[in-house]
Amino acid sequence: MEPGFHTLHDFMLFTKGAVYYLMGGMLLGLLGFWLYLTGRDEDKMIK
Amino acid sequence: MTTEHPEQTASPKIKLTPFNVIVGVILAVGAFVTILRFTKGLAGVTNLSDNNPWGIWISFDLLCGVALAAGGYTTSAACYVFGLKRFHSAVRPAILTAFLGYALVVFALHYDVGRPWRLPYPFFVQSGPTSVLFEVGLCVFLYLITLFIEWVPSALEWLGIRKPRDLIIKMTLGLTIFGVILSTMHQSSLGALYLIAPSKLHPLWYSPYIPLYFFVSSIAAGLSMVIFESTLSHRYLHDKMDATYLAEHDDVTYGFAKGAAMVLAAYFLIKVVGLTMDNNWHYLASGYGLWFLVEMLGFVALPAFLYAMGVREKRLTLIRWTAVLAVLGIILNRFNVSLVAFNWQLPPAERYFPSWMEIAISIFIVTIGLLIFRFIASRMPIFYEHPEFKEHEPPELHEHPTKPHPQTFGH
Repeated sequence: MEPGFHTLHDFMLFTKGAVYYLMGGMLLGLLGFWLYLTGRDEDKMIK
Repeated sequence: MTTEHPEQTASPKIKLTPFNVIVGVILAVGAFVTILRFTKGLAGVTNLSDNNPWGIWISFDLLCGVALAAGGYTTSAACYVFGLKRFHSAVRPAILTAFLGYALVVFALHYDVGRPWRLPYPFFVQSGPTSVLFEVGLCVFLYLITLFIEWVPSALEWLGIRKPRDLIIKMTLGLTIFGVILSTMHQSSLGALYLIAPSKLHPLWYSPYIPLYFFVSSIAAGLSMVIFESTLSHRYLHDKMDATYLAEHDDVTYGFAKGAAMVLAAYFLIKVVGLTMDNNWHYLASGYGLWFLVEMLGFVALPAFLYAMGVREKRLTLIRWTAVLAVLGIILNRFNVSLVAFNWQLPPAERYFPSWMEIAISIFIVTIGLLIFRFIASRMPIFYEHPEFKEHEPPELHEHPTKPHPQTFGH
């Protein structure tokens, strides 16, 4: 359901708030992706 | 692998191979349409209109051309600025690709703007420094010169001219930094051009962050293009490569794939942030929304994951095919921004679709680029180090000692 925005402040509060949550998820997601990407690099180091 | 001298392999007669026939037809049609363009004007060969003044020549030749030529600054920055010397053998092919890419962008621009003798006007006669387009033009102008200087040592080595070549080699770091600055500016400014049209560009593609999108995606385009170009070169110009290039090739592919995977992942996430900041989620439940999802999931998220899988499982073939997917994704994005999602509110009858002659000119220009690349790469030291010049390069450029490839001397 689309929230009703009556002022620019309402809109910014909603979108900014959503982005703050998103940023947390992104940081975790990128960390997980990096770990997946480099997960087998150690094999090469051992050789 | 052949062991003949490159010049000995060049036949004076042009053989009627399928490749040569197709190229001949493309060049003939291109020359014909070129004459039409400069005698009949834009209306004679294009479907451009007041509503759609920028067509496929801007979308493909310019926007895609500049993005896909980003391999030059990404590779040289990785090698000389970030000190990843294991990518050194990839620098010259990437610089050549970028130089030809930008040269052809400027060449293609002549078809759009006409009157080639007026090309210097925006800089020297009537400059408009408050325009984003001015910045793009100035950056492309300066970066093309920079790329030319970066490419020149290959030609000088081929010709056996030492002094100016040594002087330019000493300028490598400065040229690289200048090139990175210019690329940062104009790659993003190409996106900034669309900031002026929030009502014309569909909200899913329009964003205040569009300059950032263009810049970040250009890095992924550049890295993917280096992988794609090296795959083709490996297949068709294998005999021009020396031991160092061949030894470093796999490492370059894995390294660039790893970089491209992270950049594509970051690009995907900042696109999601942009979507959230503008609260445009509801547009996803429309036809344009589905098309946006195809672009984002099929040509950004999927290549990011496939690159990561290829790096993780050391699957070169997967990485090479993923590079094709990523390059197509960048082309799709530039087409979406400049054509598909542009003027999206116009009735279908007023939408733009390129004429066959516009498409023919774009194919003509790509073909010219391929021919020049092949001409240079099969004669000059692009995929190998010239044995007479190795000891004169700064030692920091040579982490890997090489054996000269006996059949690849340029002269």
